[in-house]
Amino acid sequence: MGKKADTIEREEVVVRFSGDSGDGMQLTGTLFSDTSAFIGNDLSTFPDYPSEIRAPQGTIGGVSGFQVHVGQTAIKTPGDYADILVAMNPAALKATSKWVKEGGTIIIDEDSLDERGLKKAGYKTDDPIKEDKLDKYNIILAPISSLTKEALKDKGLDPKSILRSKNMFALGMVYWIFDRPLNYTEQFFEKKFKNKPLVIDANKTVLRAGYNYAETMEHMAPSYKVSPAKIEKGTYRNISGNIATAWGFIAAAEKAGLELFCGSYPITPATEILQELSVRKDLGVKSFQAEDEIAGICTSIGASFAGDLAVTTTSGPGLALKGEAIGLAVMTELPVVIVNVQRGGPSTGLPTKPEQSDLMQALYGRNGESPVVVIAASTPSNCFQYAFEAAKIALEHMTPVILLTDGFLANGSEPWRIPKMSDYPEIKAPIAKEGDKDWQPYARDDEKLARTWAIPGMKELEHRIGGLEKDELKGSVSHDPVNHQKMVNIREEKVQRVSKFIPELKVDGKESGKLLVVGWGGTYGHLATAVKDMQEKGADISLAHFNYIKPLPANVKEVFKNFDKIVVCENNMGQFADYLRMTNPEFTYLQYNKVQGLPFTTIELENHFEKLLEE
Amino acid sequence: MAEIQNTLTSKDYKSDQEVRWCPGCGDHAIMNAIQRALPELDVKKEDFAFISGIGCSSRFPYYMNTYGFHSIHGRASAIASGVKVANPKLSVWQITGDGDAMAIGGNHFIHAIRRNIDVNIILFNNEIYGLTKGQYSPTSKFGAVTKTSPYGTVEHPFHPGELVIGAQGKFFARSIDSNLKLSQEIFIEAGKYHGASVVEVLQNCVIYNDKTHAALSDREHKEDRTIILKHGEPMIFGKDRDKGLILDAEHLKLKVVELGDKYTEKDLLVHNAKEKNPGIHLMLANMRYPDYPVAFGVIRSVEAQTYDQAVSKQVEEIKAKSSFKCVDDLLNSGTTWEV
Repeated sequence: MGKKADTIEREEVVVRFSGDSGDGMQLTGTLFSDTSAFIGNDLSTFPDYPSEIRAPQGTIGGVSGFQVHVGQTAIKTPGDYADILVAMNPAALKATSKWVKEGGTIIIDEDSLDERGLKKAGYKTDDPIKEDKLDKYNIILAPISSLTKEALKDKGLDPKSILRSKNMFALGMVYWIFDRPLNYTEQFFEKKFKNKPLVIDANKTVLRAGYNYAETMEHMAPSYKVSPAKIEKGTYRNISGNIATAWGFIAAAEKAGLELFCGSYPITPATEILQELSVRKDLGVKSFQAEDEIAGICTSIGASFAGDLAVTTTSGPGLALKGEAIGLAVMTELPVVIVNVQRGGPSTGLPTKPEQSDLMQALYGRNGESPVVVIAASTPSNCFQYAFEAAKIALEHMTPVILLTDGFLANGSEPWRIPKMSDYPEIKAPIAKEGDKDWQPYARDDEKLARTWAIPGMKELEHRIGGLEKDELKGSVSHDPVNHQKMVNIREEKVQRVSKFIPELKVDGKESGKLLVVGWGGTYGHLATAVKDMQEKGADISLAHFNYIKPLPANVKEVFKNFDKIVVCENNMGQFADYLRMTNPEFTYLQYNKVQGLPFTTIELENHFEKLLEE
Repeated sequence: MAEIQNTLTSKDYKSDQEVRWCPGCGDHAIMNAIQRALPELDVKKEDFAFISGIGCSSRFPYYMNTYGFHSIHGRASAIASGVKVANPKLSVWQITGDGDAMAIGGNHFIHAIRRNIDVNIILFNNEIYGLTKGQYSPTSKFGAVTKTSPYGTVEHPFHPGELVIGAQGKFFARSIDSNLKLSQEIFIEAGKYHGASVVEVLQNCVIYNDKTHAALSDREHKEDRTIILKHGEPMIFGKDRDKGLILDAEHLKLKVVELGDKYTEKDLLVHNAKEKNPGIHLMLANMRYPDYPVAFGVIRSVEAQTYDQAVSKQVEEIKAKSSFKCVDDLLNSGTTWEV
């Protein structure tokens, strides 16, 4: 390898691969991420793709991107702005150049800059660099398509297959820039195309051609060195939020000694959970692709009645459809977990874009007084932990639990230190004793107020449950006014008592001071990064991030009272802020909200926090 | 048969709850028939689960001394499906009505049938919404005058049998509330059958749709207006057993004939409930008075693999082949690296 003229040492670097939705950008990004993880970087990824599977080729609407943030320090977000953008066509350039840092590098497939392509992307002239004032960037025009063709001309592949591998040329270039080894990706080809030696050879050839091309053109591109991260020792793997969620449920079923049932209907961006659980028949999971969202939860409620750990997965519109059935689970006090991978709404909204706007729906979107436990994961990998927690709470407290994640967590991935199941607690569902003559369907334990669970097949425990109001002990139908009030109170109290079994709210930073940043769920990475940056600069700022929404941790007031200002940051119009106003009205809550189908950027957060600290 | 249950009787299946259906409602008789059928099945009492939706008939589980779940409107098929897939050993019964199963729950109904989940679906068809006090249902006759159709309905009713067969149903039977003995026999057949079995029971709503099936229960004429189908027997009916059904091959439809000089019993169709081709079954299910006698009995009963069996089988096969024995194996699978 040639000596690099200009090597920049960096703690962290952001790379964005951008192209047509058929250009294989998600794979390219994933391969780069994997290689970075193997050599020891910490990282965070964010795939950003259109909701159409193949939107019109070459248009802005069809641009698919994959951003990855790699570093030698702890990486909590996929990064705001890219150091390097790979743009495979003019539309990708047009759509994403604004997300490149000033002075950053943009690699463009020169061959794509023809009249037709430029016009489709909405350029008015034949010079996109000038037109969009891109001269502040380090622009590398590389004839990626033609060099790919040249590299593969003697391989006996058809022209379509040849062009399809141009993403590997771009990946090869990026590998050179970062001085990354090619062997991990080569191994991937060997595994993926096991019985297709021609395809393996073609991909390897193009990857290396891209690498060699960048080496030859070294004067054009600066190269970066990002050393391995100093992270906790252990065995690591990459994991996305949706896979982590699926695995968390399987882990909970194992710890509870129950079978796992998932009744679901496909919906973006939650579908991968159902898909993964369908693969996991190898661990005994029963997945049921229902005829609609309502059947998804109703089959799960049926499975719960029959004694399984039952979950259902969905996104906002599906949660709306499941509302009545969640109420049934509240009334029958059956354990069931509902995962809502939030996306932009209302209605069909922005199916592939993250948002946090289903919080009120999760808390209150049902008829009647219908309390459920609501918890939220905050990183792709801790979706495992919170799926496990959701199942544990549902089973031990005999209640439906809504687990909120979002499209950002679901599709994002990061390295994860693989836990040992022996470090996880047992889950003890309050299962009734067969033949227990004194058993009553709605008798409950004093501590949790959970009723005991008698499962069809158990002798002498035959009983009836249903959606009509229940007698407080026997569970038979009761229209008695006083009994109804009592049952409404019990159902709420049962959920509130969960607060005795969850961790207290923690503060990142000093426990008192000028400004407390408050967030919940998927915004954690951006909030934590912004707050830490400012703390390092000496700002009087701390972060309290919530994973438990209903009930809230027991020490919220203790935490809040020690700060001059509280700012609640959310990707919605202020739903959590309103909830805090209702539950803890003695404090004043400032808000910072963004509803663009995009995560926060740490820069915008820091700018806002600085202003608040100056005021 | 009845090895397990030989000491139990219909009384053991009655719960301590007061039955609150209207006096004279057909539901009482249907429940009696089911309570008499259960001891005849080779199922332990604790292995029965009765799942219902919403409507008069859906109060049914409360009156049964079995596991029971009175759920939400239209969703009983989905809940019953979950129960059966979670525990295939249970004998799962869905109690539903024409509003619950044909209107709000239509989607779940057809999919439970298409999947062939081993649930016994008992459809109480009174052609009216009773619990909401008298609106027309998806099975109300064309032109029915009800509270929401004061000038007569202008929509065509569903015929449950046609819908079941259209959804690839493998078991369809029909009875009428007034014929307790026939109902009991059919429920035993449905209970023994492996797969989604739908039993339509023509039921009288004494308050809002009284005598809607009167033509078929009329003591004087019922034998001339209905035919009780029995597998392997010729399709013969009438008070004097002087009528029968033949296939009019030229017009591809059923034809009622008088037995006598022109036709004898040997010319009649012989009922084959096990025939896979649903053609004749569909014609039988669709026979309507006064053009035809209405068919009672098990019209269709074809063996096929059930969904719940297939799922259990697949899980067992895949588990046996898998190298994963526990979650730790899964977490450490694929590409990992040491730090």
